[in-house]
Formats: sequence, structure tokens, C-alpha cells
Amino acid sequence: MSLTQDRPELTAADLQTSRSRRARSHTVRWLFMGAAAVTVLVSALIIWTVASEAWTYISQVELDKLTDIGWFPRRGLFDLSTLLVNTLQISVIAMLVAVPSGFGAAIYLSEYAHPRVRKVMKPTLELLASVPSVVLGVFAISFITPSILTNFFDDINYFNKLAAGIAVGLLVIPLIASIAEDSLRAVPLALREASAGLGARKVTTSIRVVLPAALSGLMAATIVGFSRAIGETMVVTIASGGGDTSLFNLSILESGGTLTSAMAALGLGTDQVAGNNLAFQSLYFLGALLFAITLVLNMLGDVIVRRLRNRY
Amino acid sequence: MSVLTTPAGIAADAADVLRRRPGADIAGAVFRWLLIGATVFATGFLGVLLAVMIVDGWDVLSGNLWYFLTNGFSQRSAAESGVSQGIIGSLQVALVTGVFAVPIGVATAIYLVEYAQDSRFARIVELNIRNLAGVPSIVYGLLGLAVFVQTIDRFTKGASVIAGGMTLAALVLPIIVITSVEALKAVPDSLREAAYGVGATKWEVLSRQVLPAALSTILTGTVLALARALGEAAPLILVGAATGFLSFGDANMFETFTGPYTALPVQIFNFARLPGADWGVNAAAASVVILVLVLAVNGLAIYLRNRFEKQW
Repeated sequence: MSLTQDRPELTAADLQTSRSRRARSHTVRWLFMGAAAVTVLVSALIIWTVASEAWTYISQVELDKLTDIGWFPRRGLFDLSTLLVNTLQISVIAMLVAVPSGFGAAIYLSEYAHPRVRKVMKPTLELLASVPSVVLGVFAISFITPSILTNFFDDINYFNKLAAGIAVGLLVIPLIASIAEDSLRAVPLALREASAGLGARKVTTSIRVVLPAALSGLMAATIVGFSRAIGETMVVTIASGGGDTSLFNLSILESGGTLTSAMAALGLGTDQVAGNNLAFQSLYFLGALLFAITLVLNMLGDVIVRRLRNRY
Repeated sequence: MSVLTTPAGIAADAADVLRRRPGADIAGAVFRWLLIGATVFATGFLGVLLAVMIVDGWDVLSGNLWYFLTNGFSQRSAAESGVSQGIIGSLQVALVTGVFAVPIGVATAIYLVEYAQDSRFARIVELNIRNLAGVPSIVYGLLGLAVFVQTIDRFTKGASVIAGGMTLAALVLPIIVITSVEALKAVPDSLREAAYGVGATKWEVLSRQVLPAALSTILTGTVLALARALGEAAPLILVGAATGFLSFGDANMFETFTGPYTALPVQIFNFARLPGADWGVNAAAASVVILVLVLAVNGLAIYLRNRFEKQW
């Protein structure tokens, strides 16, 4: 066989594969893109349904019903401040529990812990994040209130915001610890070495050098944790806002419903509520409010984390 | 210390630093123990939680656990009630969740990592996924109620296992996308380039090289996401799991997917709402069941991930 003379000229078509192989490769691209479009559709559907029903509510409710003695949707009294104050109280209590212990665990794991300890504790934190929230709700009414809080407060209600806040805090710890630990570990080793080289003790290095350098990440952890606490439903529904009504009350030793627990309570009676004055639409109105609040907080946290990632 | 540093002077300073025994650093020791305390608090409450639930639910767990696991809800008394409907319902819902969320989630991740070249659409999808991940779970319940229960009721037959599963699929979709993106990004480009080099089409590179390499990580992410779905109660309350009970009657397995249903976490919620100590025992016992279930699934996934984590 002659190698030089009668070799046919090689064209681009020869280098391309068969038509069917190319066609298949091309088709699947559209499938993947379609799937990505579905995720956008989910967001669009959430915003559309929540916003349209919430609008029905806003346009029909008499605005003076939005400030009253409490939240009694089936009687047409929709005092928003009751739910907002309770939500804020419970979330702040949750942060008082979750931030110190979450940050403490994060600093310990990133600065102090032996690698072997770290290797065990990190997955443990992940495991903790998976504890179902109903279980923490049961924990709040069967342990936190009767076994702990009654020792300190004589006149505490069986359902109370304090226990609910503590349980939500426990639930949020793993999230805060994990974001905080990531941001502490993002601080370059050189900063720690420079500090130690100047003769600083480990505690000085941790508090004066590493923590300030990771400040924005710690802020992001707090904001995202706060947003998660606001959106937590089951703990509050079981431990504080069981009923579908709540009277305005500032005491954290009393029961009180939040944005989320009021939604759950309305949802429990969806079949009865439908068509009943505006109670059904108020469910979507609360959802819209909750969606907007958490979206703003999460985006804020996201921006801060991004800025941190670009710094080092 | 003299202004002029000499080797002798540096050595003297270094010796001075070394002579400071760790024990003498009181602030450092206090700080360290505070951190250890925070870490123990953050991770140790899981033990307390389990212990409390086991003690509270001991009457059921020690006496008639098998009866509890294999019998349905009875309105007559707590002692005659079991959680079999919840367990079966949860497994069915998780199945539907997986069927919808896994293909869409993994395909979206493939699109983002392998196809999208920083296009505007890709950036919208990414931002959208990040925001969806922070939406409170009960808001997904509103989506489920308005869209899956009411709008497409021809397909879901109203508040059914399918509607519940689709709701949770929307909830875990961002988790699956995020973990799958990480898994695909971890596959080194040299693998792709080698496959292209021997003439493979894009689809062949993906299906024969990239996906098999990323499969174990994608799987663990999926399992973690489904475990999350297993513990969710709030969105299911809005899509009818609180009032419905799985009917064993003469319905065949397929029909139960379109009938009324309940889920294990929702049953715990129902037990916790009923007045009387004996229902509390059931709530605690069911909490132990769900904790064991969720922790086992999660622990397995985390173990597998750490075991098969590839070092490229």
C-alpha cells in the first residue's frame, strides 16, 4: 500500500463524529437547560402565588384591622404587631443562645482543636443540623420548660416564647457554627504567624487578629442564622403559638404566635378557612411578609460572604 | 532589652518566651475552656435530646415498640395508637421527592458546571438557587397548596402523597443542586480533556467520565437532602398531611399515592398537640424513631462521603 500517492484528502467532515452522536450530544444540552429553567420556574411560582393572594388580602382588608388587640384571623382581627413582636422576641432569644455557643465552637474548631478532634466534630455539627425541628418542639415542652425554666420562673406558662426561643437557638447553632468556622479558616495563616512572631499569645492572636479579620463572615453567620430563626415554624407552633389566635403580649414567659406559627395554624384548618372572610388570604399575606424579610436578610448575608471571599 | 538586636539578645528573648509556661497564661486558659464549653454545649445537646426522648417515651419503647411501629393512629387512646401510617407516608413522600428533585437538581448542576459559560441565564439560575436555599420551609407549603394541591389537582388529586412529595422536592432542589455543583467542580479538567482528546462528544465525556467520577458525592448529597425532607413537617401541614390519614383499606399501592396521607414528623406534631401525658409518651417515642431514622441516614451519608472522598 502506498502511503504517499493515493491517500484521500482528509476533510473537516471526517474529523467530526457521526451525525447521530452529535445530535444526541446536542439534544441533551437542551434537557439540562430545561432543568435549570425549572428551578427558576419554582421561584417564579412562589413569588407569583404568594404575591397575588397577598394582594387580594391587602386590597380587601380594612386597614384599621391590622392594628388591634391581637391576631384573631377568624374574627377578622389581624394585628400584625402581635406576630412581628413575638417573631422578633423569639428570634432574638434564639440568637442569644446560638451566637455565643456557635461562635465559641467555631473558634475552638478552627484555632484550638487537634485535627483529629476537628475531624470528628465537623460531621457531628452536620449531623446536628439534620435534627427535625418537630423533635426540638417536643423537647421544648417536655424538657426545657418543665425541667429547667420552672426552676427560675414561678409563673411561666406551659407554652412560652422563652422555651421556644431557646429551642430555635439550639436548632440554629450548627448553621452559625459552620458559617463562622468557614470564615475563620479563610483568614490566611500568615496573619496568625505574624502575630505569633511578635510574641502574642494564642488568645491574643485569636481575639485581636483572627476575629477582626473574619468579622464580616461572622456577621454573615449571624444574619443568616437570624433569618433561619425567623423562618422556623414547628418549634414555635408546638412550644409557643399552638393556637391560631394570640393576644398582644410583651412577656416572654407567656405564649404567643409568630408569623410562621400563625401560618401553620391557618394551614391546619385550610378546608374550613377557605372562603371564610379573609383568613385564608391572610395566610398568603404572612407568607409574602416572611418571604420578603428572609430574602432581604439572606441576600445581605450573601453579599457579605462574597465580599469576604474576594478579600483574601 | 537593648535597641540594637544581637543574636544573643534574640536568643534571650526567645528563651524568655519559651520559659512562660502555658499554665501561667490564665487568660488563655480561661478562653480555651470557654471555647470547649461552647463546643460541648453546641454538640452535646444532641445527647441530652436523645436521652430525654428515650426516658419520656420509655413506656412505649420498652413495652410495645413493635405494636407502635406497625399500627395506625387510633382516636380512642394513645396506647392503641402507632406510627405506621406516618412511616409509610414519609417513605412514599420521600420517594416522590426523589423522583422529582434528583433528576432536575442534578441536571441543573450539570448545566451550570459543564454548559453555562457565564451567560446571563446561568447567572440568574445561580442567584435563584442561592435565594431558594434560604426560603423558609413553610413558604414552600404555600407553593404546594396553591400550585400542587389546587392548580394541578387533576394530576395530584388534591392533597395527596404526590402533592406533598412535589412540595418537598421544590424544598430540597437547591440543596441537591448545590451539592451536585460541588461534586462536578471537584472532577479535574484533565479527565475531560483526555476524553475529548480521544474524540468523545460532550455527552460522552459527561456520561462516561465526569458523571461516574462525581457519582458518589452526588449520591451522598442526595441522601442528605432526602433526610432533610424526611424531617420536614411545616410545608406538609399546609398540603394536607395534618388532617389526612393513610388509608390501608382496599386501595392498592399505586392508589395510596393519590389519596390522603400523613408523615412521621406531622404525626409527632399531632401527638404533641393532643392533651394528656400519654400522648406525650407517644410524641417522645415517635421522636426517638424519627431521630434514629434521620441520624442513621445522615450518618451513613456523611461516613460514605468522608470514606470515598477522592483526592485528585
